[in-house]
Amino acid sequence: MREFKGRVVAPGTVSAPALVSHGGLNTLASFQKAVQFGDKQATCGDQNNPDLYSKKMKGTALCLPQTIGSTTGGLVLYAAASMDRTPACLLFSKPIDSLAAAGSILISVWLDGINMPVIDSLGEEFLDYVKDGMMISVGADGRVIVE
Amino acid sequence: MYLTDEQQAILNGAKGEVMAKVMKTLVMYGETFGADKMVPVTSEYNHLVTSFGLKMMTPVFDLMQQLIDAGAISQQQFSVDPRPVDKNVPANFLQNFIFNNIMYSKQTSYEEQLKQLGLMNEDAFTCACYLDQVGNTPKKGEVLSWAESSAVVYANSVLGARCNRNSGIMDIMGSIAGFVPHFGLLTDEGRKATWIVKVACKKKPEAQLLGSAIGMKVMEDVPFVTGMNEWLGTELNDENKAYLKDFGAATASNGAVGLYHIENLTPETKELGASLVAPGARVYVIDDAELERVKNSYPVIWKDKNAAPKLCFVGCPHLSMQQLIDWTVNVEAGLKASGNRKVQIPTVFTTAPGVKKEFEKTEYAKRLEATGVILSCICPLMYMNNPLCGKMPVITCSNKLRTYTSSRFYTEDEILVKITKGGK
Repeated sequence: MREFKGRVVAPGTVSAPALVSHGGLNTLASFQKAVQFGDKQATCGDQNNPDLYSKKMKGTALCLPQTIGSTTGGLVLYAAASMDRTPACLLFSKPIDSLAAAGSILISVWLDGINMPVIDSLGEEFLDYVKDGMMISVGADGRVIVE
Repeated sequence: MYLTDEQQAILNGAKGEVMAKVMKTLVMYGETFGADKMVPVTSEYNHLVTSFGLKMMTPVFDLMQQLIDAGAISQQQFSVDPRPVDKNVPANFLQNFIFNNIMYSKQTSYEEQLKQLGLMNEDAFTCACYLDQVGNTPKKGEVLSWAESSAVVYANSVLGARCNRNSGIMDIMGSIAGFVPHFGLLTDEGRKATWIVKVACKKKPEAQLLGSAIGMKVMEDVPFVTGMNEWLGTELNDENKAYLKDFGAATASNGAVGLYHIENLTPETKELGASLVAPGARVYVIDDAELERVKNSYPVIWKDKNAAPKLCFVGCPHLSMQQLIDWTVNVEAGLKASGNRKVQIPTVFTTAPGVKKEFEKTEYAKRLEATGVILSCICPLMYMNNPLCGKMPVITCSNKLRTYTSSRFYTEDEILVKITKGGK
């Protein structure tokens, strides 16, 4: 078991199995199936991301360095959240990027009753340590326990 | 973050609950990135990324309606990304049915919302809003609240405007409030390069391939690119602007680049030179072999990797006038060389409505039509984002389209041979 501490971007607590992307998450490409084609499990559609491609993202603790790609990223996250098709939490090793931040903030301000904690700046060691399927608990203070 | 009395009052609800939420959104956005204050949006027009009336995006349209109902209307008119459908682009009966009746069934009502929110005009649907024929070209130093990754990176890098890589929805929030948080690419410090990219190619690198390589390497950082003057010179002429448009789109979609500097060419390097490079910047050397390695790394996700292409898209981002003319001449020459009268693969060139209108006034329009190429203002990316097109073997010279869809990337020269000569 290891504990990491990051910065709280969107507060909340949750426990979920880890899903790890070592490359940037292309939000539009990854959530296309979820927001456009009714895939309730949010199967990752990003062909350029071998860590996530074809894996189900809904309900996971998605561990990643940052998001990349189209500036639809934030609204794609917002739409996915309003349809209950997002990961349980987003855990960034790096400081959050502007698109993921926008999505997280829009969800927090404009949608009621959505609990999707977002923590950033967890460090490279976090991403080196965590593996798919490990259980992750996120605390309200930005503590992330991996076991 | 410092807020003026007026901004604090809006946050406290002086202009209603919805405006308070708009303000809260911007404040949280700024605080996340350590913004010190809000700064006024100074461009004449805004640009939005959300152009598609996708049924599944209903939550986004509901939010837009909240803004309209509360009178929280954009203080600027705006252009917006291209429409997702065009009856002139090849599609079978089933595709047409799905596009118009299922996927994009909200298109008409969403466009009504856009008009209420401040759409510039009926022709304002393009990702390349900065082209002369469109009329949304910010000036150097202006502060923007734009989204659309390819437009943002162009505005920052080629025009010298200042804009963060804002997400859709966040783009209109800044325009409604009239100010945006001051951080990142709006600051002098945030515009410094943390990568030096040395281009050491023996031939002019393909714009979309070079941009892809740099985007994948530097991700969200700012690159300072050297070694390009041999190929591009030092003047921002139409040819170079078109090259940088395509280059930037690839850096932004294959990575997350919001600003690049090209030594002795882009406006800030002409003023500030190497002082734009931050201490400790990392170095990436790109030669022909590296570009070949990057190209070969692209996955091909066609079901049958050897399938004959059924459609070709050129123009993501939308083609400029000069690019349309060049492609017309090149397609004619390719057809003549191969002894064909028409393109051998259904081919769609995409451009901005304003450019299309001007192009149609030239002799080249008839000549392009004679080759069988279809000219459209569609967004190829949105066209391909459906299960039916996902299975089609589509080819493109756009690295952005490749990234977001199942289309297969070829260089411009390779595309030209394929569409004029035919074959796999």
